Amino acid sequence: MQTLFRSLFKSRAEAIAFGIFILFIFVIFPLTMPIFRLNLVGKYLTYGFVGVGLVLLWGRCGVLSLGQGVFFGLGGYCMAMFLKLEASDPVTTAIQSTPGIPDFMDWNQLTELPWFWEPFKSLPFTIFAIFIVPGIIAFFIGWALFRRRVGGVYFSIITQAIALIFSLGIDGNQGYTGGRNGITDLRTLLGWDIRSDNAQFILYFVSATLLVLVAFSAKYIINTRLGRVLVAIRDREDRVRFSGYDVAMVRSFIFAFAAMVSGLGGAMFVLQVGFMSPSIVGIVPSIEMVIFTAVGGRLSVLGAIVGCLLVNYGKTTFSEDFPNLWLYLMGGTFIAVVMFFPNGLAGLADKIPMLKPYASKWLNRNKQEPAKAPNTPSSNPVSDEP
Amino acid sequence: MKVSSRFLHFAAAVSLALAFNTAHAKPPTAEVNTTGLAVTDDTVTVGQLHSATGTMAISETGSIQAEQLAIDQINAAGGVLGRQIKVIQEDGASDWPTFAEKAKKLLVSDKVGTVFGCWTSASRKAVLPVFEKENGMLYYPTFYEGLEQSPNVIYTGQEATQQIIAGLDWIAKEKKAKTFYLIGSDYIWPRTSNKIARKHIENVLKGKVVGEEYYALGHTQFGSLINKIKLKKPDVIYAAVVGGSNVSFYKQLKAAGITSEKQTLLTISVTEDEVLGIGGENLVGFYSSMKYFQSLDNPANKAFVAAFKEKYGADSVIGDVTQAAYLGPWLWKKAVEKANSFDIDKIRAASPGIEMDNAPEGYVKVHENHHLWSKLRIGQWQTDGQAKVLYESELIEPDPFPEGYQ
Repeated sequence: MQTLFRSLFKSRAEAIAFGIFILFIFVIFPLTMPIFRLNLVGKYLTYGFVGVGLVLLWGRCGVLSLGQGVFFGLGGYCMAMFLKLEASDPVTTAIQSTPGIPDFMDWNQLTELPWFWEPFKSLPFTIFAIFIVPGIIAFFIGWALFRRRVGGVYFSIITQAIALIFSLGIDGNQGYTGGRNGITDLRTLLGWDIRSDNAQFILYFVSATLLVLVAFSAKYIINTRLGRVLVAIRDREDRVRFSGYDVAMVRSFIFAFAAMVSGLGGAMFVLQVGFMSPSIVGIVPSIEMVIFTAVGGRLSVLGAIVGCLLVNYGKTTFSEDFPNLWLYLMGGTFIAVVMFFPNGLAGLADKIPMLKPYASKWLNRNKQEPAKAPNTPSSNPVSDEP
Repeated sequence: MKVSSRFLHFAAAVSLALAFNTAHAKPPTAEVNTTGLAVTDDTVTVGQLHSATGTMAISETGSIQAEQLAIDQINAAGGVLGRQIKVIQEDGASDWPTFAEKAKKLLVSDKVGTVFGCWTSASRKAVLPVFEKENGMLYYPTFYEGLEQSPNVIYTGQEATQQIIAGLDWIAKEKKAKTFYLIGSDYIWPRTSNKIARKHIENVLKGKVVGEEYYALGHTQFGSLINKIKLKKPDVIYAAVVGGSNVSFYKQLKAAGITSEKQTLLTISVTEDEVLGIGGENLVGFYSSMKYFQSLDNPANKAFVAAFKEKYGADSVIGDVTQAAYLGPWLWKKAVEKANSFDIDKIRAASPGIEMDNAPEGYVKVHENHHLWSKLRIGQWQTDGQAKVLYESELIEPDPFPEGYQ
């Protein structure tokens, strides 16, 4: 237990911050929020999966991918295909010219299920595919690029192009993918109505639990030797290569890992939102996910997740309260974060211990007070909550 | 004595009638709202869900404005069942998950009486499960591909057969057209529309489709298409190109010398709003088939255009969808008053058969299938960006699942 603890957290403050975060998502949010808001938090948490991947890939390994939406989308589409097939049984689709296939296929004159849809009738295969499809595709893209020592801004541009190609490909093959409308009207998972309040409540906890597990595994990677190799690659790639490490392999592995967790996030997104469409996989959402991570802090796993929560929470509340102004407010917030806290909110939290001497001088009657200070950012998402 | 007792009777009847009338004008809230919607003794809250930001904002702004105009007019005339309409506006931000999120917020948190909103099919598809599960009511303004009939949506625009068939009949008769070239942006609406058009051309008009092509949304290079058109020389170009592609499409046609003097072109995707971007001089002489044009010559439309321009400026234009959006609040008001209730189930039951004699587009009526009976018009574009209406059909029955056109 001690060693596991050590391999996850470097300091007690970090562990306390994580504890507070877990307290919020597992106890405080579910107790204080109506199910509709909780479902929204569940949706924000699914972006957290992408954020964790980006911390490893961008923050630790120095490779900025502007195409993480693709992997989020691949996982999401795998899940959506399974749910859509379940929603398209011959009885409910009896009005179609070909009953038993998804409605958009019928609209596009398809008369039988395409071969690559067949395996998605099976849930175990779907779960397997949610990890494996994004993982394999990312590994081969990564391997092809990193082996040729494509990195830096060129890698970002290529991943951005892949995001564009992917969303155009879905748009252009609407008979097979649902096109621009996406795959909509998903209802049940093995007969369990995922739209009911009860199901949304359960799915929130499933999503939150998986995210915490993903966050722990990312922290585990960061604190192993692999994690230190990643930082070494980021800071001085040539030295690592000359020391005998296979830099391309390490980067491809991390890229694939980030893609797999993004795919898992995408699958949880579909379960909670009830549809999948190309607007969630293209360039804009891919860049937005990078922004969430940047705001929270690209070096910190917890920071990235909190960033996803905060930015999306801001997006929802700003756009509810100021429907015509909210984009300016969001833009202003991003500019402020990048200008004043280049390492995001987590970077801000790291600065707090530097204030410790001043703080303890000021609070000299209470010795314990400054120890709690580093954790304030994690309580930000609901700063207006009691 | 006799006279005075008669007078008393009369006075009693009058006061009773008056009392009944006021009671009828403003029935108690508990009676008209049994499902806990946001209705008080003086107000009823409704939602408005369009894209105020993002790529779709340019198209959806007209709908937002028209709905607000209708709501203002209804409030000025005493509201609905004696209650003033309050609006909660939400921004779908041209992003479909956001539409779903906001729809749920309006229905679950705000408990709005109804929602006026959506524009693209994708946004409607995204919110549809939310409306069906939470049992809300959506008034949807855009002309669209059909293939849908939800108990929770009233479709105030035309479905595809209403817009397509009469227009093709007219052009075939008027221009003796036999060959058609179908062009569209690549998504569900142009593809379904062209599917219906092709069936009608081949099976009913006994004509021929000489080409059918789709381009990704936002596509701007139509050079190779123009070459093919010059090669095939179709009698009619039938276009369902949308958004920014429209501007390049018509400018490039003109630059290539394909103008209305030599070529007939009928489009189902250009309204006054699009012409504002394309420029009237770039499509002068081409035809649009729509149910509404701003230039329609009737008193109701003149009053509507004047009120719209007074509120939003003399330069504003009104397209087909804007007018359809304007119908939403009025149809809802009529349904509420017919049902004498704000309950969604009662509005749904009351909606079929609701009529408007004085809509800007003329007479409309809600069909059993939640679409509107409406007419089709052919307009020819002029350099000033307005259309000259050349043809007006009979009232057309909506048929979202057309037999023989699937």
